[in-house]
Amino acid sequence: MMAEQISIFIENKEGRLAEVTAILRDAQVNIRALSLADTTDFGVLRLIVNDNDKATAALKKEGFTVGKTQVLAVEVTDEPGGLNKVLDPLCEQDVNVEYMYAFANPQCKNAIMIFRFDDIDKAKEILAQKDIKVIDGKELSGL
Amino acid sequence: MPIFDIDFETMPREGLEAIQLRRLQTTLERIYATVPFYKETYDKAGIKPTDIKSLDDLRRLPFTTKQDLRDNYPYAMFAVPMEQIVRIHASSGTTGKPTVVGYTKRDIATWAELMARSMSAAGATNGDIIHNAWGYGLFTGGLGAHYGAERLGASVIPVSGGNTKRQITIMQDFKPTILCGTPSYILHLAEVADEMGVDFKDLYFKSGIFGAEPWTEEMRQELEAKCNLKAVDIYGLSEVIGPGVSIECVEEQKGLHVFEDHFIVEVVDPDTLEPLPYGEPGELVFTSITKEAFPVIRYRTKDITSLNPTPCTCGRTHVRMNKPTGRTDDMLIIRGVNVFPSQIESVLMETREVAPHYQLEVDRIDNLDTLTVKVEIDETSFSDDIKGLQAMEAKLSHDIKEHLGVSARVALVEPKTIERSQGKAVRVIDNRKL
Ligand SMILES: [Zn+2]
Repeated sequence: MMAEQISIFIENKEGRLAEVTAILRDAQVNIRALSLADTTDFGVLRLIVNDNDKATAALKKEGFTVGKTQVLAVEVTDEPGGLNKVLDPLCEQDVNVEYMYAFANPQCKNAIMIFRFDDIDKAKEILAQKDIKVIDGKELSGL
Repeated sequence: MPIFDIDFETMPREGLEAIQLRRLQTTLERIYATVPFYKETYDKAGIKPTDIKSLDDLRRLPFTTKQDLRDNYPYAMFAVPMEQIVRIHASSGTTGKPTVVGYTKRDIATWAELMARSMSAAGATNGDIIHNAWGYGLFTGGLGAHYGAERLGASVIPVSGGNTKRQITIMQDFKPTILCGTPSYILHLAEVADEMGVDFKDLYFKSGIFGAEPWTEEMRQELEAKCNLKAVDIYGLSEVIGPGVSIECVEEQKGLHVFEDHFIVEVVDPDTLEPLPYGEPGELVFTSITKEAFPVIRYRTKDITSLNPTPCTCGRTHVRMNKPTGRTDDMLIIRGVNVFPSQIESVLMETREVAPHYQLEVDRIDNLDTLTVKVEIDETSFSDDIKGLQAMEAKLSHDIKEHLGVSARVALVEPKTIERSQGKAVRVIDNRKL
């Protein structure tokens, strides 16, 4: 049920992001989604890729610090209020979103949202009760 | 310019040296009897105080180092019982433990006398108002200058450091005529004054006494131009007495007269430890010959400079030391605070969150020294939580301030990005042009 995201520490230096994507390209890794959170000095790049192990090995070889985080990938319907359907029940039961980012599902019109929750197990439970589709890691890699 | 103690400060060399020898012998007899460290060291070296029969014999005595003071922390180097100690000061050391120094009533009077002499040399009289921007506290700068100004009979304004805008208002309203402080802070203050639209030409200063950190001839020119005063350099360290060990005279502003009736100064080769002739640069070494509570014999300062015996037009016969040009260790002086890379390292190690791969970068921005501590992130300390990483930076910065008393910005950097030369990390990048 859970998906694994890799995160990379990068300093805010010109061209650093492009270096990361070039390393992944050379390792034949496909990036599904990406989000960059940054401060004045540094940023954390979060990635969903088709092959975590290959990506991690390639980045570490180039001296990057790579972390792994459990996230939930949720399909959000392409209609008004689609995101609220997901967030409202979670919010009611005090599950908080630490961060989220989205990408389009290449197989249909829906969007896939990547969520990091403060309580991932509770979030999973609530989403299951509400019949909201959570995409597992394997399916995500295969998209 | 009047000389505060004309008899001692202009004494012919022969007389001065006779006094030095007598005072040295008395000090040695006393510390041999009262300070176990000196007795043990001299016994081991096979030397007795009575063996010192001339000033030249001084070179036979072992040196005293900062490590020796640290080994005897806090009070074991005191040569008098605590009943006679009236003041304690401290300066930072490499391991976080400070070096503690004590003063008797007479030591405080001696120090005030030396600071009064220093202020006179800078052109101050009892008619002057002294703006003292050195910090008051464990640091010897503030109180040292304060007592000296009172001894001189001048009016002292105990402003201490910080609150720059208020300092400028005081300068406008109280009309001080002598300015004391660390040179980098005073340059910063001049810039703030400029922003406030205050011109030093409309203020009342005639001289500035600057010290507690190394500064250059270029900075002197800048200080004199911006602050519209004559800038003189003062030198001292708490282990020897505090500020007032030596000072430039306002007549020549060329080298600092060492008060030789209280201190014997030597310059030694830092490798062979052999005394060097006048003019040759080496490590500055002091022996105090009048202090009661905390005498030091051949104390190695780690400051690099040379001595100049040329007679001075001001009339003082005391030898001059040139401005120190560097250090034999990696100590940094940031806004008057001594900082050793090893102190930062121990703070980083204590948190256990970060690898001890770090670098100190010192800059002078708007004439104020700034310290950035770059710390390499590693897998154990990394998380994808930005707030957590920022909190880590803030905590390290707080801990550094807490342990060292100096503000530092902590910046996390990528692994292996700190420059290593021959496998050894380069710990300090000092971008200040000194
Ligand atoms: Zn002179």
